[in-house]
Amino acid sequence: MTTQASAAAENHIPAENIETATPLLQIRDLKKRFSLSGDFLEQLRFKGGKLVRHQEHVHAINGVNLDISRGEALCVVGESGCGKSTVARTVMGLLSPSEGEIHYDGQRIDHLSSRQLLPYRKRMQMIFQNPYASLNPRMTIQQTLEEPLRLHHPKWNRQQIADKVEEVMRSVGIDPDWGKRFGHEFSGGQRQRIAIARALAVDPEFIVADEPISALDVSIQAQVLNLLMEAQHERNLTYLFITHDLAVVEHFGTRVAVMYLGTVCEIATTATLFAKPRHPYTQALLSSIPRLEDDRPQHIRLEGEVPTPVNLPSGCVFHGRCPYANARCRQEIPLLQMQNDGTRVACHAVEEGRL
Amino acid sequence: MALLEVSQLDVRFALRQGEVKAIRDVSFTLERGERLGIVGESGAGKSVAAFSLLNLISKPGFIAGGSIRFEGQTLNTMSERGLRKIRGNRISMIFQDPMMTLNPVLSIGEQMVECLKAHRRISSRDARAIALDKLRQVQIPSPEKRLDQYPHELSGGMRQRIIIAIALLLDPDIIIADEPTTALDVTIQAEIMALLLDLCEQHNVGLILITHDLGVVSQVTQRMLVMYAGRVIEQGPTREIINDPQHPYTQGLINALPQMATPGEKLNQIRGSMPSLSNLPSGCAFHPRCDFIKRADGQTRPACVEQVPGFVQTGNCLAACHMVAELLEDRRLKEESQ
Repeated sequence: MTTQASAAAENHIPAENIETATPLLQIRDLKKRFSLSGDFLEQLRFKGGKLVRHQEHVHAINGVNLDISRGEALCVVGESGCGKSTVARTVMGLLSPSEGEIHYDGQRIDHLSSRQLLPYRKRMQMIFQNPYASLNPRMTIQQTLEEPLRLHHPKWNRQQIADKVEEVMRSVGIDPDWGKRFGHEFSGGQRQRIAIARALAVDPEFIVADEPISALDVSIQAQVLNLLMEAQHERNLTYLFITHDLAVVEHFGTRVAVMYLGTVCEIATTATLFAKPRHPYTQALLSSIPRLEDDRPQHIRLEGEVPTPVNLPSGCVFHGRCPYANARCRQEIPLLQMQNDGTRVACHAVEEGRL
Repeated sequence: MALLEVSQLDVRFALRQGEVKAIRDVSFTLERGERLGIVGESGAGKSVAAFSLLNLISKPGFIAGGSIRFEGQTLNTMSERGLRKIRGNRISMIFQDPMMTLNPVLSIGEQMVECLKAHRRISSRDARAIALDKLRQVQIPSPEKRLDQYPHELSGGMRQRIIIAIALLLDPDIIIADEPTTALDVTIQAEIMALLLDLCEQHNVGLILITHDLGVVSQVTQRMLVMYAGRVIEQGPTREIINDPQHPYTQGLINALPQMATPGEKLNQIRGSMPSLSNLPSGCAFHPRCDFIKRADGQTRPACVEQVPGFVQTGNCLAACHMVAELLEDRRLKEESQ
C-alpha cells in the first residue's frame, strides 16, 4: 500500500502507464463549471437594501485526472449528470475547461485557438450519440463524408477524395452507391455507420465516442459495436468511450473509469473492476445491471438520489448515499489511491480497510 | 376464463400512402396476478399492442379486427363511457416518460385526488388519505410534503414512483407498463423495478410489461411474448424462452447481448434491420435476416419466403417458424419409424 502523500503524487502518473511512455491523452485536474446566473446584469440582486452580485454554477466536473494510453479503449461510465459527456466534449475542445489542462501526445491543447487546433482535429475525431441529429439533413452522404477530407487535405484532388470516401464507406459496410442519398433515407444503425465513416475518413488515431450505441436497437447495437471493435484492430485506434451501459463496457473496454457527480471514484482494468469492484458506488452500479440469470436481483439499494451539482456535498460527493460513510467522509474529499492490483479508488472506507 | 383475453388483434393505421398494418394476429391471455412481458425492438408493435388494449389508439389508427375481453366484457366494442369505468380504475397504465404523464400545473396531491374522485364518490379528505397511503407504499421519503409539491420539483425516479402510486390508486386488476424505466438511470431502474414487482405481488395485480430490455423481462415476468414486425413470433414461460429460445430472431436477440459473448470477441449480430411495416417481406417477415432459411442440403426453404408461419409447440412455448416446425416434424417421423 502506498502512503497518502505518495499516492497523491502518483495521482498524476498512474503506475500502470509508466512503462508505456507518454500516454496519448492526459487530463489534468480538469474542472468545468457552467454558469446558471446569466450575464452581469442578471446576476444583480437586492438583498437587505443593497445591490449584490449573485452567482450560481453547475459544477459538472470537479478535478478529473485521466490518462489514455495508445491502443486502449478507456470507458467512462456513470449515471446521467455525472459529467461523463462534459469530459468528452472538453477533451475534443468543444467546451473549454474552467481549470486544468489537457495534453495530447505531450502537447497542451486546451488553450489553443481553433486554427492551432486544426492539426489535432485531424488526429482526434468524435462520434455522437444521436445519429439523427449529428448528420446534416441537407447534405448527401457523399458530401458529408467529403467535407472533413476537403478541410484536412486541401491539396487532394477530386479523384483522391472520391477514392477515400468510397474506401471508408466500404469499411463501415455502407454501399458506396448510396452516396447520393440523404441522411433521412437511412435507418438509425446505418446513420450511425455513416457517422463512424465520417470520423474515420481523416484516418484519426484517437476517437471520442459519446454514447454511440445508446439510441440504437439491441440487434443493431451489436452490429455497431462490432464495427467499432474492427476499426480499433485494423487502424490501431485509441478510444475514449462514454456510456452508461455497463454490459457494453465489460465487453468493449480495456480500462474503466467510474464517475459520480463530476469526480472519478474508481479506475481499473475492465476485468478487475467487474470481478472486484471496490468503491461502494461501483458495487451498487454493478449490482443493478439487469441480468438474464433467473435469480431475483439482489441489488444494493442506495439511499436517496444523486445530489444537485449546483451545491456539491462536502467531503466525499457520495457520502449522502453511502452505507459506509462516517464523519471523515462527510468532511474530507477522498483522493484516488492505488491498490495492490493497480486499481485506483477514491474512498476513505477502502483506504482505512473498513470495506 | 382468463382475466384478460386478447385474440387475433389487428391494428391498422390509415395513412395517405395506404394502410399500415401495425400489429396482426396478436393473441395472448393474462391471468389474475400474472406478470407478462412483451419484448421487441422499436417498430415491432409492442406499444401499439399495449395502447390498443384500452382502446387508446388515436386516429388514423384503428382496431381492424380481433377482440379484447376483460372479465368477459369486450373492450374494443365498448362505448367510451363504459371504457372510462375501466381505464385507470380496473386497468391502469404507466408510460415511459414520467414528465409527460404528470400534469405540470397541478400538485401531486391534486392529481391523485382528481383521479380518485373521477371513479369514486369520495370526500376530498378521504381521497387525500388514500393518496398519502399509496405514496407510503411506493416508499417516497416524506410523503406528506410531496402531496403539495409540483412535478418539476421532483427527480425522475421520484416522479416515476408517483406514477406508480397513481396507477395503484384505485386498486386495479392489471397494470400496463410501457417501458417504465427506460428514461431512468440503472440504479434507479433497479429500484423502480423491484418496487413494481413487490407491489404487484403484494396486491395480486397483473402486470403487462412492455420493454426492449431482455434483462428486465427475465427478472420481472413469468411469461413473455416476443414481437417482430407486428406479429408475435414466440411466446411462453420467460425462463424457458431465455434459456432455450426456439425462434431464430429470439436466439439472435439474446445472443447479441454483450453479456453473452467473451469480452473483446466479436458479438453475435443479426444482420440487416427491422423491415418497415409498410413494406414487409413476403412469408416470414424475418426471412431476409434469418440464418436458418436454408435447409441442411443448402436449399432455401420455400415456405419461409412464401408462407407466414403458424405457431408450433415446443415444450411450453409456441414459436412461429418454419424451421422449428420442420425440426419437430423430422423428430416425430424418426420416433414413429422407431
